[in-house]
Amino acid sequence: MEWFLANIDFIAGLTGQHLIQSVVPLVLAVVLAVPLAQLARLNRTVGAVILTLSSILYTIPSLAMFVFLPLLLGTSIISPVNVIVALTIYAVALLVRSTLDALESIDDGVRQAAVAMGFTPVRRFLTVDFPLSIPVLFAGLRVISVTNISLVSVGALIGVSSLGTLFTDGLFRSFPTEIAVGILITLVLALVMDLVLVALERLVTPWRRQAPAKGSTPETVAVEAYRVGA
Amino acid sequence: MTTETSSRSMGGAARRPMIELRGVTKTYPGGQTAVNNLSLDIDRGAITVLVGPSGCGKTTTMRMINRMVEPTSGAVLVDGEDIADRKASDLRRSMGYVMQSSGLMPHRTVLDNIATVPRLNGVPRKDARTRASELLEVVGLAPDLGRRYPAQLSGGQQQRVGVARALAADPPILLMDEPFSAVDPVVRQELQEELLRLQRDMAKTIVFVTHDIDEATILGDKVAVLNIGGVLAQYATPEEILRAPASDFVAGFVGRDRGFRHLSFQEGEGVRIHSIQTIEVDRLGDPDAAVTSPWTLAVDAGGRPQGWVPQNRRSAIRSAGDLVPGGSLYRRGDTLRRALDAALSAPSGLGVAVDDEGRVVGSVRAGEILELIEDARVSRGRANYNTAV
Ligand SMILES: Nc1ncnc2c1ncn2[C@@H]1O[C@H](COP(=O)(O)OP(=O)(O)OP(=O)(O)O)[C@@H](O)[C@H]1O
Ligand SMILES: [Mg+2]
Repeated sequence: MEWFLANIDFIAGLTGQHLIQSVVPLVLAVVLAVPLAQLARLNRTVGAVILTLSSILYTIPSLAMFVFLPLLLGTSIISPVNVIVALTIYAVALLVRSTLDALESIDDGVRQAAVAMGFTPVRRFLTVDFPLSIPVLFAGLRVISVTNISLVSVGALIGVSSLGTLFTDGLFRSFPTEIAVGILITLVLALVMDLVLVALERLVTPWRRQAPAKGSTPETVAVEAYRVGA
Repeated sequence: MTTETSSRSMGGAARRPMIELRGVTKTYPGGQTAVNNLSLDIDRGAITVLVGPSGCGKTTTMRMINRMVEPTSGAVLVDGEDIADRKASDLRRSMGYVMQSSGLMPHRTVLDNIATVPRLNGVPRKDARTRASELLEVVGLAPDLGRRYPAQLSGGQQQRVGVARALAADPPILLMDEPFSAVDPVVRQELQEELLRLQRDMAKTIVFVTHDIDEATILGDKVAVLNIGGVLAQYATPEEILRAPASDFVAGFVGRDRGFRHLSFQEGEGVRIHSIQTIEVDRLGDPDAAVTSPWTLAVDAGGRPQGWVPQNRRSAIRSAGDLVPGGSLYRRGDTLRRALDAALSAPSGLGVAVDDEGRVVGSVRAGEILELIEDARVSRGRANYNTAV
């Protein structure tokens, strides 16, 4: 506890860096994965390429990625950019697939109706398809958020500072308190991030908050299936 | 081109069909011919029903009108113009579309769902919503439903919202693809009546798809019967289709009850109305209020029918709850079908005839109605025979 209080500035700094390295990839992933998923849906061949590539990238171990990326990007090995890029790649790989599933699971009647009412394709994607895939998107984001928070620590092995620095440092100095503090803050961070995502999802999907009035209309069934699928 | 201009200058534009299908064929990739060389003139301001067995190309035909399906050959004209020249999204915004599954946007409130097309047309949100709440009322929904999401509505309410949404931009044309087939029969009948009521004021050009011949004859000003492969089997008024099916296929499709259905088009003018014994419900409890005929009709203070009192069980019937329930009612001027139904559904065998306010005016008898039907049939047969010779 004394150690914690004495080093509070140092720890806060690490937490901030940790947060940046896990949240930025999350945001970038959404920006990249959603258009990619739509592209994959419009063209089967492109889709197959994107999905295969995603699976391959996802299997590369994170440490290998952290070491390899500076060579590719020309960044310094201890730059947080490496971690951010690596985690973005994983996140996109995961999110493309689930977003594609989400887009494909949209009720055909809704889509047909949108066409029949005279939506242009772009407008339909932005105002119908995308909002309806948000719940699945968030399910993916929650998984990625937790994964990211644990993976960011790995970067400490090659000298990128984050909460992982507390592990490497504690290990190096044989100082268990430091490691314990690191674990605790990581856990709290993961939990807080998850709560934030849940709150955010509720905020942007007001239609899923309301309890259905009567029985199971086709829509409620679809929404339920959606939740189970998520 | 010349003929078109001249017909317009003679005021022909108003009479020109709103939608013309000109030798339209649709063959899907894979070789399925869904519609085959179909030519059809769809009247302005009328309800045209496309009816036929499943897979006969009804949806395909309808979707060629708003370019959701492009014909393989042939042309579709709307207001005399080939729609192939129009931008698909603009064309679609000028036609309301209602489908079987309501197709409402689950993530938008009822009000915003209704406002969809006006919003696409650039109407400010506030104005679009105001118009949407008016429409909610037009289709018979409570204003507070506007804030709900589609999942919070019953199936029938969703279909009403679907109709309101199709009407929102006030398009001259409505395309309706089995809009009422997913709701229960009671709600369906309600929605049908509602549509007819709306159509009296709106006079839109409506293309209505169904596979239910009853619905087709109730709603259609004209009915097009399609056969498998998208071949037009008959295009005529519902009355004519029931009375004189053009082929065995049509006869088979309109079914065995067509003679009975046809009664819907025969006015019940000549039906004799007999006097009927009535007793006020309030007097049922009075043992001195005797009944003198085998069946006496109990009425409320306003003279509206409440149920029957069988003479042999008079003593057991002391209040409105003990009455034998009545059958359907025959309103003066209704069709022969209604008259016959009233007579056949009444436990007493006496169909209850009422006036426009629902007050009892007398009874009708099945035997006499059948005689009328028979007379009408025979004289029509003779007329047909004469024209044939
Ligand atoms: N997109 C498509 N691709 C290939 N074939 C199709 C397509 N849509 C419809 N068809 C085929 O065309 C035929 C007509 O279909 P359509 O949907 O127009 O029939 P329908 O009369 O509306 O039937 P239902 O009453 O079942 O709705 C069917 O045999 C159907 O299988
Ligand atoms: Mg169909």
